[in-house]
Amino acid sequence: MADPDGQVIVGLEVHCQLDTKSKLFCGCSTDYRSDGPNTHVCPICLGLPGAMPALNKRAIEYAMKVAKALNCEILNESEFSRKNYFYPDLDKAYQITQYDKPLAEGGYLEIESDEGGERKIRLTRIHVEEDPGRLVHMGNVERGKYSLVDYNRAGIPLIEIVSEPDMRSPKEARKFLNKLRATLEYLNVFDSEKEGSIRVDANISIKGSERVEVKNITSYKGVEKALTFEVTRQKNLIRRGQKIERETRHYLEARGVTQAGRSKEQEHDYRYFPEPDLRPLRVRSWLDGIVLPELPDARRERFMAEYGCSLNHARTLTGELKLANFFEKVVASDKRGLSPLAATWIADTLKGELNYRDMSLDLVEPAAMTGLVLLLKAETITDKSGVEVLRVMLDQRLKNEPAETPDAIVKRLNLAKTPGDTGAITKAIDEAITENPKALDDYRAGRSGALNFLVGQVMKKTRGKADPAELNRLLTGELKKREA
Amino acid sequence: MVTENDVQHIADLADVGIGDAEPGMFTHQFNAILEYFDILDRVEGSGEVTRDLYNILREDEIEPSLSQEEVLKNAPATEDGFIKAPRVM
Repeated sequence: MADPDGQVIVGLEVHCQLDTKSKLFCGCSTDYRSDGPNTHVCPICLGLPGAMPALNKRAIEYAMKVAKALNCEILNESEFSRKNYFYPDLDKAYQITQYDKPLAEGGYLEIESDEGGERKIRLTRIHVEEDPGRLVHMGNVERGKYSLVDYNRAGIPLIEIVSEPDMRSPKEARKFLNKLRATLEYLNVFDSEKEGSIRVDANISIKGSERVEVKNITSYKGVEKALTFEVTRQKNLIRRGQKIERETRHYLEARGVTQAGRSKEQEHDYRYFPEPDLRPLRVRSWLDGIVLPELPDARRERFMAEYGCSLNHARTLTGELKLANFFEKVVASDKRGLSPLAATWIADTLKGELNYRDMSLDLVEPAAMTGLVLLLKAETITDKSGVEVLRVMLDQRLKNEPAETPDAIVKRLNLAKTPGDTGAITKAIDEAITENPKALDDYRAGRSGALNFLVGQVMKKTRGKADPAELNRLLTGELKKREA
Repeated sequence: MVTENDVQHIADLADVGIGDAEPGMFTHQFNAILEYFDILDRVEGSGEVTRDLYNILREDEIEPSLSQEEVLKNAPATEDGFIKAPRVM
C-alpha cells in the first residue's frame, strides 16, 4: 500500500508570454490588455482559411536567450507542429506548437531548497507556441450557459518550460516559479506584472501512487496553494486506503481547491503533425551572439561581496529585478555605509509594507528611501519611528497626496529623538545591571533568559520609551564590556 | 483503413453529432479518398523531397489589425464585442 507520508514529487509546466511587440505569427500588437475584445486580430490569428503564419524572429531570439540562461541545449533542428483539439479558445481548431522537435532540451535552474542551500531542478525542454484565445464563462462555475471568446490573446508568443519531477514540496514549486520569473525579468523578455503573463500546470504525486495533473494555475501564490491542497487530498485518500486516480484536475483560484476535470484527451487524440506552413529552424549557431546580462545568482553573489549583504537579504533583494535595482539606487551615494541598514529596511520592512498595501515598488522614490535610511543611520529617529515615517511616505504616494521628505515627516510628527534619550537608557541599563547581579552571572553563564530579563527591567525603568532595537544594542554592548 | 469506430471517435473529438447511418457512409467515403493516396504512393519519384529552406522569419513589427466590426462579421452570435460560443467544459 502507498505510504501517506511518502515523498511528495512535483514537476511543473510553465507557460510564459514573451514580451514581443507583435504576435508570434502575425503583425497584430501584443499590447491588448487595455483594449476591447477582438480588436487585435487579423486573418492569421483568427485562423481564416488561406492565411499563412510568418514566424516572429524576436520571439525565437527571446526563447533562445531563456534557453541559454537556463543552461539548455539548442537542438540542431527544431520545427513547429499542429496540436489538434476542438475548443472555442482555438479559432483554427489547432494550436501551432512544438512537439517532437522542440527548440531546446535539458538545462536546469537552481533554487533554494527547503533545507537551505542551492538545489538544481532539471529541465526537460523549452518550446515555443502560440497562446490560445481567452474565454469568459458566463453563468456559474459548474453550469454556465455559454462562453464569450476574445481572440486578442490568440497568437501571443509563449514559451513552455517543462521541468523534471525534481521538486519535493509545494514550497519548492513556488521557489522554482519565483526564481524562473526573476530570471526571465533579468533577461528582459517577460513582464511579470501583466495579468495572465504566466500560467502553470503542475504534476504532483505521492511516491508510489499515480500522478495528478493540476491545470489552470494563474498566479505565483496559486502554485503553492493548489499543490498544498492536492498533497492533503492525496494523503487523505491514501490514509483511507483508497487509490489515487491518474487524472487532470482544475484549480479554482477563488476557492483554493482543485476539482476533477473532464477526462483529458489522450495524447494521440491531439493528432500532432508537422506544421506544413512553416519551415524548420536551424538556429543553434545564434547562441554565440547572445550576450546574457547579469542573472539573479550572480547578482546575489555580487550583493554579498560588494555590499556585504547577508545571504537572505541578497536572496530577497535580487529575487525581483525592480527590488534589486531599487536597492542599488538607494545606496548609490554611500555603498558600504548605507547597505547594512538599507538591506534590512528594503528587504524586510519596505517589502512587507508594500505587500500589506498591495502597492507597487514603482511608486516609491529611491531618494526618499535613502533619506529615511540616513535618518536611521544618524540615529536621529528610532526604528519604531522609522516604520512610522515609512508608512506615512507610502500612504502619501498611494493616495497621490503631495509627498513629504522623510525629514519633513520627522519634523511634522516630532519624531526626532530628544538629546539625552540615549543617556536615559544608558543610565537605566547601568541601574538594571547593578541591581541584578544574578542576571549578570546568568548572562556570563550563557543563559539566554538573562538578556530578556534585563531588557524587561530597563523597559520598566524607562516606561517603555526606549527603542527595543537600540536598547538591545546598548545592553548587549554594556554586558560585553562587563564580561571582559 | 478507417473503421466506423475511428469515424465516431473523430466526430466526438470535433464535437460533431452524426446520425446512426452516417458512420458507415463516412467510413466508406474516407476509405475511398485514402485509396487515392495509395495510388500516389505508387508514383515513382526521387524519394526524399529536399528543400534547403530554414529560418524563414519576419521582423517583430506591428501591422494593423482588423476592426472589431470586421472581425465579428462572420460570427454567428456576438455579445459586447465577444464572439459567443456554446460552453464546452
